[in-house]
Amino acid sequence: MHLKYESQLREPLVYGDKTYKQVTEDIVRPIEAKPTRLWYVGFYIAAALLMFGVYSVYREVTYGIGQWNLNKTVGWGWDITNFVWWVGIGHAGTLISAILLLFRQGWRTGVNRAAEAMTIFAVMCAGQFPIFHMGRVWMAFFVLPYPNSRGPLWVNFNSPLLWDVFAISTYFTVSLLFWYSGLIPDFATVRDRAFTKLRKHLYGIASFGWTGSTKHWQRHESLSLVLAGLSTPLVLSVHTIVSFDFATSVIPGWHTTIFPPYFVAGAIFSGFAMVQTLMVIVRKVFGMQDYITMGHIEAMNKVIVLTGSIVGIAYLTELFMGWYSQNKYEGYTFWYSRAYLFSPYGWSYWGMMACNVLSPQIFWFRKMRRNLFVTFFMSIIVNIGMWFERFVIIVTSLYRDYLPSSWSVYYSPTIWEMGFYAGTFGLFFTCFFLFAKYFPVIAIAEIKYVLKTTGEGYKNKMGVIEEQKLEEFVHEYAHH
Amino acid sequence: MAKKKFVVGCFDDEAVLFPAVKKVRTAGYKIHDVYTPFAVHGLDHAMGLRETSLHTAGFIYGITGTTTALSCISWIFTKDWPLNIGGKPHFALPAWIPIMFELTVLFAAVGMVLTFCYLCQLAPFVKKHHFHPRATDDLFVMVIECTDKTNVDDLRSFLANNGAVETDFQIAEDGWWLGRYDRDEMPFEHKQIVAA
Repeated sequence: MHLKYESQLREPLVYGDKTYKQVTEDIVRPIEAKPTRLWYVGFYIAAALLMFGVYSVYREVTYGIGQWNLNKTVGWGWDITNFVWWVGIGHAGTLISAILLLFRQGWRTGVNRAAEAMTIFAVMCAGQFPIFHMGRVWMAFFVLPYPNSRGPLWVNFNSPLLWDVFAISTYFTVSLLFWYSGLIPDFATVRDRAFTKLRKHLYGIASFGWTGSTKHWQRHESLSLVLAGLSTPLVLSVHTIVSFDFATSVIPGWHTTIFPPYFVAGAIFSGFAMVQTLMVIVRKVFGMQDYITMGHIEAMNKVIVLTGSIVGIAYLTELFMGWYSQNKYEGYTFWYSRAYLFSPYGWSYWGMMACNVLSPQIFWFRKMRRNLFVTFFMSIIVNIGMWFERFVIIVTSLYRDYLPSSWSVYYSPTIWEMGFYAGTFGLFFTCFFLFAKYFPVIAIAEIKYVLKTTGEGYKNKMGVIEEQKLEEFVHEYAHH
Repeated sequence: MAKKKFVVGCFDDEAVLFPAVKKVRTAGYKIHDVYTPFAVHGLDHAMGLRETSLHTAGFIYGITGTTTALSCISWIFTKDWPLNIGGKPHFALPAWIPIMFELTVLFAAVGMVLTFCYLCQLAPFVKKHHFHPRATDDLFVMVIECTDKTNVDDLRSFLANNGAVETDFQIAEDGWWLGRYDRDEMPFEHKQIVAA
């Protein structure tokens, strides 16, 4: 027997003195119970939003990009803003499941499953925008490099837009595989205790015939670790490449070398905020307070205040460089189009500053980090702020170009542009509601794995060890 | 496909399981497998399983991805269709690093997951014999393969003495077949193969 000692000072990851059986029962309960009325209400609202989105997209596909208010200088508007926003949100899941796994952060086990699901749905939403922005969406496969009858005319491998195609599709695929490989053992748990025929059949298919063999677990562990190792640079590369879409251009406000780290920090920031929004609801609705504890919420709020401050430093650095470079175009973009409150889009810059930089500072206080209401409210504020960030970057750099005669047009979206955005919310929440009902929202096997070292019942026993004399302790645990 | 005889011992605590595995092995029994609800660290070593080489396979898939990206892009941009992009070099290696990286990750991840599924024989509609339904819930199920010389009753009491909360004797198929979990039939079992 090897010694497993965990300090009592660190709070337990699982509350209540639970057995393995109870863990299964607690997590599988929502799957086996009938959905609540609240679930139906939420699901139908989400589905209605999705339908509206589908109609908005139908308008755009049928009548063309003119259904949106994009104009001669603002060629990217809400669509690319929303794309970057969703991709950013999609970063938290892999960050939690991969980077925190490599850093051995035990608390990730409570939230990784739902966060990964959120990642996948967010990336699905993100992908819609560039695809439908193409206009002739039925030609979307032209972005893939395949031998064709047009020459063959290949795609431009030197273009950041193509890097994005590869980055996002790889990210989606790898996240999906990572998520699903973790789900297989948990589906087997649901299958083996299913009491209806249909459930046994469907979870039987989904669990791929998993038995829990030691050799399979050994391979599973190896697979998870390598996928985590691969996903870590991947998640950093994806938003880096998204930032290249802007940074490799020569537009003032985009042409910035700090974009990659600044975008990645912003992505983690908004992703964690979305995880908080969902977790606060999930733990309440499904009664998962023992697994998604205040400790989890607090840890994520710490990440939010850290990344929010990194983003804040990036904003200030940009402003400084706008002046220090003595480039009048840069100076105009940063100090007039953005930072001057009374310029046409000044309101969006200061909205961004207030939401992203000032308000998260509240999380320096422990009481605030552990307050559910503040957490939920701030998670919404942060995501509004991060949406403004992308809007500021895109629109304030474009609406006043080098030709002052085209400055007169003030870009604001049409109802179909907004409908498309609303529709992705519908897609996201429709998927999330289905996930929450039919999938184990917490990784059952992983919770069982940490239960004996970080569960409350186990922690309480540590008190006895801590009071032991050193000689007794050595006598009991030393190998002879 | 063949049916074999197994003795099954169920444990409810991994702390009891480890010494039991050791004793069963020293007693000379052949452990077919131990089914656990989660990855029990060190159990593979206790059972004497060798390390998996899955990560090595992942590395090979990864470099295959890198090579695929580099060779395809360089062939396309220097030989097949040397597109003049602002007079820049056709062989523009720095600009290809993002795609080379992405394909490395993609190939490694997809390849590893497929290899994992192949090695563990996992796929939709695959069905296997499960020695105990609670092996995915809260029991650690040790399965010992019987030989002609095995005394089943002795072995069962040996397991019980070493902390098994439940023991059982089963005749089971150790491979996989296509089937549904809500039905019990094995499709090939009833078939009579008649030699012509």
